Amino acid sequence: MRTTFIKALLECAAADERIWLLCGDLGYSVLEPFIQQYPQRFINVGVAEQNMTGIAGGLAMTGRKVVCYSIGNFTTLRCYEQIRNDVCYHNGDVKVVSVGGGLAYGSQGYTHHAVEDLAVMRALPNMTVLAPGDPVEVDFVTRWMMRHDGPCYLRLGKAGEPKLHAADASFAPGKIVAMRPGKDLLLLSTGGMLPTALQVADALAAAGVAAAVASCPFVKPLDTAWLAQQAARYPWIATLEEHSRFGGLADAVGGCLATQPQPVARLLPFAVPELALKGVGGTQQELLQRIGLDAASITAAITQQTGLGSQTLRQSKA
Amino acid sequence: MAGMAPDLTSEYFARRTRANALRMVHAAKASHIGTCLSAADILAVLYHDVMRIDPQQPQLPQRDRFILSKGHGAAIIYAALAERGFFPVDWLKGYCADGSPLTGHINHAGVPGVEVSTGSLGHGLSIGCGMALGLRADGRGARVFVLLSDGECDEGSIWEAALFAPFHKLANLTVIVDYNKIQSFGSVKDVLDLEPFADKWRAFGWHVVELDGHDHAALRPALQGTHPVLPTLILAHTVKGKGVSFMENDLAWHYRSPDTAQLAQALAELGE
Repeated sequence: MRTTFIKALLECAAADERIWLLCGDLGYSVLEPFIQQYPQRFINVGVAEQNMTGIAGGLAMTGRKVVCYSIGNFTTLRCYEQIRNDVCYHNGDVKVVSVGGGLAYGSQGYTHHAVEDLAVMRALPNMTVLAPGDPVEVDFVTRWMMRHDGPCYLRLGKAGEPKLHAADASFAPGKIVAMRPGKDLLLLSTGGMLPTALQVADALAAAGVAAAVASCPFVKPLDTAWLAQQAARYPWIATLEEHSRFGGLADAVGGCLATQPQPVARLLPFAVPELALKGVGGTQQELLQRIGLDAASITAAITQQTGLGSQTLRQSKA
Repeated sequence: MAGMAPDLTSEYFARRTRANALRMVHAAKASHIGTCLSAADILAVLYHDVMRIDPQQPQLPQRDRFILSKGHGAAIIYAALAERGFFPVDWLKGYCADGSPLTGHINHAGVPGVEVSTGSLGHGLSIGCGMALGLRADGRGARVFVLLSDGECDEGSIWEAALFAPFHKLANLTVIVDYNKIQSFGSVKDVLDLEPFADKWRAFGWHVVELDGHDHAALRPALQGTHPVLPTLILAHTVKGKGVSFMENDLAWHYRSPDTAQLAQALAELGE
């Protein structure tokens, strides 16, 4: 994802000299092409995220479009008040970019598990929250973000995520992307959970359950119009996110469902339980499995909670 | 850009803004008059004599920028902006009033001439660094002025920015510390001593000027001048509550609001 991001950013910067890039002393082997091509528009601020964010706010007040780049929680939590006051209240054209959202830095421990970012960024005024699901979505949202005038938060995975959309897939700003049809339930994924959602759909299909899959790269503003339609069609909407159960996709979708005028789909939230990984490190895959966010665990939980496909599954086990 | 009427002086400007700030905090029963009075002379020289600004065109790209990082001193800035003609003096009656944009901590939204909203301490210097970078790249010669409080320098973010500005040679950035020696809950010396304060800034690489923050003749050249390479730090020794005898050097006037009799006495002392 980050490779796709920097490639798209470079192309945007070539066309728009207002674009500046700041980093908090991170970005080794990622940012070098930008630094080489646009040294006058790049600053490594040092290990000082509060200062980086304030500087970005000030630069934006002189007409720049400023990207703040770091990893994990450093671009969000450490400098939250600067984002709130110096950027969002002034509607500054600042793009906060975090690499390694969720458990991408799983083995590095609790400080590097970025699982509250969507919640805190959603709460901010003027802020658009982006969590693309594959490199094709990264390319789209990065280019959109750099055209958009106003604060954005972009959560990226690390590297090596598979391309799940066709290269010519069409996207629209603020829209949920339907990927697979299915009549029995809807799997709605944000960020790097998209491959898992597709695997869950495959497993459910094997059990005779037709699960639709959609990706939600725009967490805020949420595509509530589309969701309202689906809420009337499906008895269940499962949300998949590598994020705390609090304040992320589940709460965003749940809030939308709860305000629908007619009886609607029930929510099945799949998220990171609070402190489930205290004292536990490991690869992203290992950690997701431990907390029930792998495809097999989610499939089992869905069949158990909904009753969908349970007969087929029981038969196949027998 | 538009200048002031030639017969008016920065001293007169300071007297007027002090008086209006007193009227505002009295009417609103608001706090922070002490900090307004300690900064009044710095602001008078800036807004009257130094900054290149046009009240008729508050968004001119080549304008100088002022950031009040100690956002609780809002009343004196609103008074200065009104005095300078950014909005009618009558607006000052709305200070801290219901529905008014003139909030107790400085607010830019709907207030011409205010560049940045602050109030949480430790934000303004970083924003100023960003502005200075952008304006330097613009090449129009615009300058950035940031006013800090002394207590604010307890914040780590101030020192992040203090490290940054000289390293990046932000010569178009001038920072003034309103060093009135009293912070929110006691004297600076007792809460978290900043001394040797000027040496700290020098050690971080700033061009440091130390002066009496109520001496307009000293403030004028210090604010007008710039170092060819380095950002400038003006350590302005001031008196909290300056100009009103019973408010001077008294922590209580960080919080208290003058009653009618106290307002009358204060205005009389100012000659208003």
